[in-house]
Amino acid sequence: MKVSYNWLREFVDIELSPFELADKLTMFGIAVENVKYLGENIDNVVVGKILSINCHPNADKLVICQVTADGKNRLQIVTGATNISEGDIVPVALDGAKLPNGVTIKKAKLRGEVSNGMLCSGEELGIERGMLPDDQQHGIMTLPSDTELGIDIKRYLHFDDYVLDLDLTPNRGDCLSVVGVAREVAALLGKKIKTPEIVLEEDNSADINDFIDVDIQSKDLCYRYACRLIKGVKIGKSPMWMQQRLIAAGIRPINNVVDVTNYVMLELGQPLHAFDYKKLSGSKIIVRNACDDEKIVTLDGVERSLTEDMLLICDAKSPVAVAGVMGGLHSEVSDETVDILIESACFNAINIRRTSKKLNLRSESSIRFEKGVDVTGCAKAADRAAELIQKLAGGSLAKGIVDRYVKKYEEKVLVLRPSRVEHILGVSIEKQDMKGILSSLEFKVEDEDGNLKVTVPSFRHDVTMEIDLIEEIARAYSYDKIPETLIYGITTHGSLNQKQKLISEIKNILVGCGLTEVITYGFIDPNTFDKMNIPSDSKLRDVLKLQNPLSEEQSVMRTVLVPNLLEVAQRNHNRSVHDVAIFEIGRVFYKTDDVLPDERTVLAVVLSGRVEKTWNEPLYEYDFYHLKGIIEVLFEKIGLKDLYFEKHSDPSFHPGRTCSLNLRGKMVGVLGELHPDVLENYKLPYRAVACKIDLSSLFDMKIKTPKYKKLPKFPPVERDLAVVVEKGVASQELINSVRKAGGRILKSAYVFDVYSGEQVPDGYKSIAFKLIFQADDRTLTDKEISKKVDQILNALEKGFKAKLRG
Amino acid sequence: MKDELLEIGKKAKEEIEKISNLEGLNNLRVKYLGKRGEITSILRGISNVEPQKRPEIGAIANQIRAEIEELIEKKTKALKEEEKNKRMLEETIDVTLPGKRCAFGNKHPLTKILEEIQSIFLGLGFSVAEGPEVETDYYNFEALNLPKDHPARDMQDTFFINSEVLLRTHTSPVQVRVMEKAYPELPVKIICPGKVYRRDDDATHSPMFTQVEGLAVDKRITFSDLKGTLSKFVQIMFGEKTKVRFRPSFFPFTEPSAEVDISCVICAGKGCRVCGNTGWLEILGAGMVHPKVLEMSGYNPEEAAGFAFGMGVERIAMLKYGIDDLRLFYDNDLRFLKQF
Repeated sequence: MKVSYNWLREFVDIELSPFELADKLTMFGIAVENVKYLGENIDNVVVGKILSINCHPNADKLVICQVTADGKNRLQIVTGATNISEGDIVPVALDGAKLPNGVTIKKAKLRGEVSNGMLCSGEELGIERGMLPDDQQHGIMTLPSDTELGIDIKRYLHFDDYVLDLDLTPNRGDCLSVVGVAREVAALLGKKIKTPEIVLEEDNSADINDFIDVDIQSKDLCYRYACRLIKGVKIGKSPMWMQQRLIAAGIRPINNVVDVTNYVMLELGQPLHAFDYKKLSGSKIIVRNACDDEKIVTLDGVERSLTEDMLLICDAKSPVAVAGVMGGLHSEVSDETVDILIESACFNAINIRRTSKKLNLRSESSIRFEKGVDVTGCAKAADRAAELIQKLAGGSLAKGIVDRYVKKYEEKVLVLRPSRVEHILGVSIEKQDMKGILSSLEFKVEDEDGNLKVTVPSFRHDVTMEIDLIEEIARAYSYDKIPETLIYGITTHGSLNQKQKLISEIKNILVGCGLTEVITYGFIDPNTFDKMNIPSDSKLRDVLKLQNPLSEEQSVMRTVLVPNLLEVAQRNHNRSVHDVAIFEIGRVFYKTDDVLPDERTVLAVVLSGRVEKTWNEPLYEYDFYHLKGIIEVLFEKIGLKDLYFEKHSDPSFHPGRTCSLNLRGKMVGVLGELHPDVLENYKLPYRAVACKIDLSSLFDMKIKTPKYKKLPKFPPVERDLAVVVEKGVASQELINSVRKAGGRILKSAYVFDVYSGEQVPDGYKSIAFKLIFQADDRTLTDKEISKKVDQILNALEKGFKAKLRG
Repeated sequence: MKDELLEIGKKAKEEIEKISNLEGLNNLRVKYLGKRGEITSILRGISNVEPQKRPEIGAIANQIRAEIEELIEKKTKALKEEEKNKRMLEETIDVTLPGKRCAFGNKHPLTKILEEIQSIFLGLGFSVAEGPEVETDYYNFEALNLPKDHPARDMQDTFFINSEVLLRTHTSPVQVRVMEKAYPELPVKIICPGKVYRRDDDATHSPMFTQVEGLAVDKRITFSDLKGTLSKFVQIMFGEKTKVRFRPSFFPFTEPSAEVDISCVICAGKGCRVCGNTGWLEILGAGMVHPKVLEMSGYNPEEAAGFAFGMGVERIAMLKYGIDDLRLFYDNDLRFLKQF
């Protein structure tokens, strides 16, 4: 809501500057986003008259105008404008003039002809787009012929005013009007609001009831319908002061009648509609629900198809307006209109809101109705409009008002307990002060058994409970004056649960392993599954779809996380960042039979690209084993040391380079190099390895607290053992066999070399183990160890046809 | 014999003085002090000396021997020192070459800020709670005093799965879930960080963003406690000197409600581009839990009261790190992420 400072001052005396007022209102709960001086940066622009227009000798598209800005002296101005004629009254920017777009006008020669200034368009004077007809906005603005020459254009445009741009909260529909804001200002400043008297001149010879009959059929949706009739008006432009106030509020001036309805809406908050009375059939207004699929062409020229829950204003034959939202084109006020019927009604807020949403049609009227207008004010608004129309467009006002008031306003009375105020705010406020605050906001307050009996004013739909009154008191008392304290009561201890701790630990470890955390959107492109080679019957494709996505690329909730990381890798590669080592911990969403999906927390890791060579390190490309090492460290550090890997196949991954991650008999993840097709789909220039882990399945696993083991007292003995086996034998199986045969004294066994090539037959590989023997109770003898090594070798021969490498 | 010995001593001293390597020094040791060395060979002739003079000769010989030994010892030390210095000089490296870097990644800046927020509230006795990102209309709106057709629903443009299920538009539904579960226990003190979604995508909005919700409910919690707690938070987060301002506002699920502004961290309140020349930055929404919300969560508003607040983590990260483009957080450009 934008509100003129000068307009506010018609209703309340304000001694503060607009800026001071804005600060105070903000701290009062009516946030002012900014204050704009309308005449900002307009200087030395005056009203002038075009005396003659001649061709420019050197340019087809320019003309030379002789202009006078004072009725006496002539000025030559060259312009490219096409919408001017001799005798037009126009804004003239003189030599040295300043315009809001930052331009300073200087006397200059244009193609050899002197130009002493510039004729201005609406746009050049800072009038916002859409407020003037196109030719006035982009072409030269033409002013009424009786405009006084030589006066400052700011005076003519009524630009010596400030506009306060309010950021109203949705509960304060009552402040969508100048009077509403003025009430707040009055309360804030301790002043009384002024209510100018409405003076009407009725024509006693014409009774409105003879001209119109109003029948409210949908009484639950229309609470009141009032109208006034003015006959014989002359349609024209409304005066500049009115146009300025409409423009400042963001409403485009149309003609004197329509402008009045908008003006009164801005002033009082009551939306009005003006019908061309002659276009209404049967002297009748019927307020009823629409029929399904009933049609009406609204003022904006669009044919609307209605549903039966929508409320219509109809004449004897057909719909003439979508109630509270927009009038119909047929009965629109036009230049030919002579008789005007003014509607001032009150409709059901929720119904208007639904209709406006369904039709995707929001108007200044619907915005106000859906927040609730003051039903007690309908007749007054109709009177005010009649008063102004008569003033601006002439005509005679039919005697009386039609006022169908079917749902009478019931006063709301609330009880406020002063003790409760302190209880909620933590500050003690005198009862007398509470009464003062509420009265200043136009609540009626009476004492009753130590409490306050408070009657809510009819315009405050947002106040329905005691807590609402407490809020009123708090904001008027000032939040600044409420002290700062810390919670008093039982000491609580803040802590993280096992899941939260685990996630935080995993992040720390992965970062320590060189990975960078990314965060990606929860929704993905449905073609992700194709790109990931995921089969058409996979459960992963059973996704939650958004009804109203921003785009197809963000239309389904993810069931997989790795692809998001591949997109990140791709994006980075495109920007020449080739060392991509990233992870994300986030949720995936699996459909269930319940209302809500199963949200599981997963970890995804992607490594792709290369670490460039440095002076002491060779170029390095990420591979399977690099990632596997990270995952091994991760599980070891979080205390799940019993993780084991098995060969695995997954359509997104390279069939020969993929394994599953398993814990306690359960598969918890997959690790491997991505399938070449997937790499191609994501246009990755390098191979990529990825890992996906279902962290949710780890959250309940028992993680043992480490138990101290005594440090060994006796020396360890190392032995190396190299065997030759067929290529397909998995080293893990060999190690398992080595460990089994090695028994208790084999403290550790690991692969330290894998070799195939010369000296090893084709189809075979040599695998070398480092064996470390150590006993807790004695120094091992050479003989003992040699015997063990023989046993290990035997086991390998038996199990895997392994041969000792000579 | 005495003269011979003295002569040897003198000669030895001169030679030791001259020698410049350890090997030569060792040769000198053998030459003078060895089993077949010069002193020993002279002493072999001691039988020819008169018996009463023998002790004197013996003493001289021992003294000379000791002197030579000491000299050699000293010289050895000196030569070793010299050699070490020489070696070290040769071993000089270019210390300005970069070190062998162990790869170290980065947490996402939002995670870092979240952890910071979390640790402040853990210290104030709040625990961390979580809730679903795909939420029911009931928890996201209705239980928060936002019935269907409430105009305030327009404040949050929502992604829907169907008419009853949506992507949560704020972390506030966690409040209700936590209270429902905790009832009738008191106090309840939690924060809930999480992702939220709104149907908005432009320079200043991301369709997914991160919020932290806070809730404290007990028998007697007041608006002044809310002010105190959030002021404390702001001062730990942004520094002791940061000023806090509470402005009346409106949220359907709190009343009285407040927007919390801090003095601009860029210009310290003088007015700049970031704060739109107001000197203030809006960082939090807060208020006393609405009695209807307490009621719907099981608590009797006459017996329990509480405050709630919510903040955008991106906003705080932008202010803390001086980031001027919200979209960077979800673009995941490593050149951005590695700056934190």
